Amino acid sequence: MRETMQIVIVGHVDHGKSTLVGRLLADTGVLGEGKLEKVQATCRRQGKQFEYAFLLDALEAEQDQGITIDAARVFFRTELRDYIIIDAPGHIEFLKNMVTGAARAEAAVLLIDAKEGVRENSRRHGYLLSMLGIRQVAVVVNKMDLVDYDREVFDRIVGEYRAFLDEVGIRPRCFIPISAREGDLVAGPSDAMPWYDGPDVLAAVDAFAKQPGRADLPLRMPVQDVYKWNPRGDDRRIVAGRVESGRLRVGDRVVFSPSNKTSTIESIEVFAAEPPAEVVAGFSAGITLREQLFLERGEIMSHLREAPEVGTQLRVNLFWLGKLPMEPGRRYKLKLGTSQTEVTVDRIHRVLDASELGTSVTKKRVDRHDVADLVLRTRSPVAFDPSERIEATGRFVIVDGYDIAGGGIVRELVPDENQQLRLESRIRDIEWVRGDITADRRAELLGHGASMVMITGEAGVGKHAVARVLERRLVEGGNHAYLLDGKNVVLGVDSDIALDDRDALVRRFGEVAHLFLDAGMIVVSTTNVIGLADHRTVQTLVAPFKVLVVHVGEPAQGLPEGADLRLDPRCEPAGAVERIMELLAQRSRLRSH
Amino acid sequence: MSQLDELEEQSVYIFREAYKHFKQLCMLWSIGKDSTVLLWLARKAFFGHVPFPLVHIDTSFKVPSMIAYRDRLAREWGLQMVVGQNRQALAEGMSHTKGRLTCCRALKTEALRHTLDGTWPRLRMGADGQYREEQEREPFTGVIVGARADEEGSRSKERYFSPRDHNNDWDIADQPPELWNQFKTDFAPGTHVRIHPLLDWTEINIWEYIEREQVPIIDLYLDDGTGHRYRSLGCETCTAKIESTATSTQEILVELRATKVPERAGRAQDQEDTYAMEKLRREGYM
Repeated sequence: MRETMQIVIVGHVDHGKSTLVGRLLADTGVLGEGKLEKVQATCRRQGKQFEYAFLLDALEAEQDQGITIDAARVFFRTELRDYIIIDAPGHIEFLKNMVTGAARAEAAVLLIDAKEGVRENSRRHGYLLSMLGIRQVAVVVNKMDLVDYDREVFDRIVGEYRAFLDEVGIRPRCFIPISAREGDLVAGPSDAMPWYDGPDVLAAVDAFAKQPGRADLPLRMPVQDVYKWNPRGDDRRIVAGRVESGRLRVGDRVVFSPSNKTSTIESIEVFAAEPPAEVVAGFSAGITLREQLFLERGEIMSHLREAPEVGTQLRVNLFWLGKLPMEPGRRYKLKLGTSQTEVTVDRIHRVLDASELGTSVTKKRVDRHDVADLVLRTRSPVAFDPSERIEATGRFVIVDGYDIAGGGIVRELVPDENQQLRLESRIRDIEWVRGDITADRRAELLGHGASMVMITGEAGVGKHAVARVLERRLVEGGNHAYLLDGKNVVLGVDSDIALDDRDALVRRFGEVAHLFLDAGMIVVSTTNVIGLADHRTVQTLVAPFKVLVVHVGEPAQGLPEGADLRLDPRCEPAGAVERIMELLAQRSRLRSH
Repeated sequence: MSQLDELEEQSVYIFREAYKHFKQLCMLWSIGKDSTVLLWLARKAFFGHVPFPLVHIDTSFKVPSMIAYRDRLAREWGLQMVVGQNRQALAEGMSHTKGRLTCCRALKTEALRHTLDGTWPRLRMGADGQYREEQEREPFTGVIVGARADEEGSRSKERYFSPRDHNNDWDIADQPPELWNQFKTDFAPGTHVRIHPLLDWTEINIWEYIEREQVPIIDLYLDDGTGHRYRSLGCETCTAKIESTATSTQEILVELRATKVPERAGRAQDQEDTYAMEKLRREGYM
């Protein structure tokens, strides 16, 4: 069986990437019949000199300007295997296209003009390859004909570039002196450089190894979607997703992160084939579960041991492609695996110009084409792995408005103030003893799912009045709601502890709320007793149940971070409750009639 | 994982992303081998179901057996079939004799644009197999297409998820980045997206897959008894058959592995102008 490998050709603009690829195609006889002649004839007609690059630069604007604008996929075969060669543009303006091309590749050819030497994008591309996770690299020094095939020129470039790549963690397989235009050492030997005895480009490419499977790593399957085809007479409920690493078998106990829901694999579903007992990394799978769960896209399925990390602060390396700079205080969308989370820049450790490593600058923002080391803070906890451990769940993109504006890799979790509680509640959830009624079934019978409305604000702003009216409206509307006043928990559950033991008070309040939520209720609470700042802690304890945070405070203070709605102090409760009910209905957390 | 497995898994992943992100999703089915493989992959992605309509643009110059084949599979597989056509141009006598690019623009590009945006009538197949005009026509915002990068130059620069603006324009110089498996799935109102699950497949991969999965392909691809067959399917008027005695998928594969003639050599509109396909595709041709 033949295999396919995707390879990217990168380097500074005009160093001859498209020419190299065009030459490879022409010299190995894989061009379609008449293709070379057709392009040559077009050039004659348009009064242009023929270039091998025109075989690839198919767009009208590209041939007019003599540069590659977008990465082309070129199909190419050797005796060994099939290739998709991605010819990436070298012009800085089209860096996002280079990144797109390179992100698909398993190996890269980095190309440098012998006459110009190492240039800005030679370095930038080298750095980006390393961030994109490409470890197999061959460096080609092109246009040797322009420097009289001089070994000294070649050796100098090798020395300089090897040192640079070493800094970014890339160790090239080889350095090859070539002339793509003349065909030296592209797909055959060269008389002009008897001093070189390494492989030609073709041999170097064939020497790249297929990436080893990720089946031996821990299981990671990000949930892509959950399918129910009931109207079509199919009552399977299929959880779909690609197994990014590891393997899963029928009967495996699994946990979904960050919700910590657990179940057992009942079956592996396929179309028009015998259902397998196991799937491994790389396959887009579909599974059914023994214990039905309410699952949403974005969770990562793993085995109970070796679950991914969960947290809200991620130390990352990021490159920025956005037209607007990335700045602290602005809200972005983080896409990691299949999850999407609101995210802000927590702090910037350093920003560097990827073309000049070592010149790290102190900046308060990340500009287009910068590379940065920073901490991201997500609005709700996200599951991930450090990219060194598992690549697929350790890399992400940032969406600004409608556009993917940056990407990067996660280095490590930065513990937030609730990390310990989060770990404890994960253990609690995994060990939780359940009855026969699933959360889904319970919600179906009650007519609504469980959720929490938390009303925060200074003392005396009228939180309690709103909470009382809200509870009444909910219950009278047929919902199962309960007003959980913090003081009541203190009176009973907390009667054995000191009232200044804040951590214990908050934890017990959260656990009591969690019980009500597990029972399927809508919990209305005010947090006067335990203080304003603790609502994140309570949210951590009751996750994955949804919490609606309603803040009562002065308009001048705006909407505090993490809050969904702000009400004026001492507002008229009926109107306020109307707005809360509206929000709950929008998020389908109410019984509908 | 085999080469075909890798291709299949990536295509399935793209299908599922498309279905998750686009409420008004459809897939173009030209009846040719590529979009029929695409249809098979959709059934794989959704476990036997095809949870969105299939749109076919009928130029009225298609080989008649293509229509019969289309409707037969649609009934057997429970497909939601939607058919569009440029009725006005046809009433005014449009055909390739008025210029091939002019004809392609009118009967394919224009018809497709107005069928997708809902401004022209659409025929929808009912449970009884009969076509009736659709009453409520929502514009489609996601369109799954079987384009392959190896077909011709401008296709080789496509994205898996490729936005088109409200004029249907493809801004080739400013395409969104795609990183790993993160595609552009957030859009300003008014834009729509072409989705290309087959981008990495070659013509040979398509036939190997048809052979492996036993995908039921229309028999126009096989020797018609006179030593001729179609290699690429289009309008009868503008598509030439090739000389071939291949009567099975295996024989087609043997032939393809030996040939150096490009796949679309029999498609007359491509030869009209060096950038013909880029121009057509910028305007919305598939």
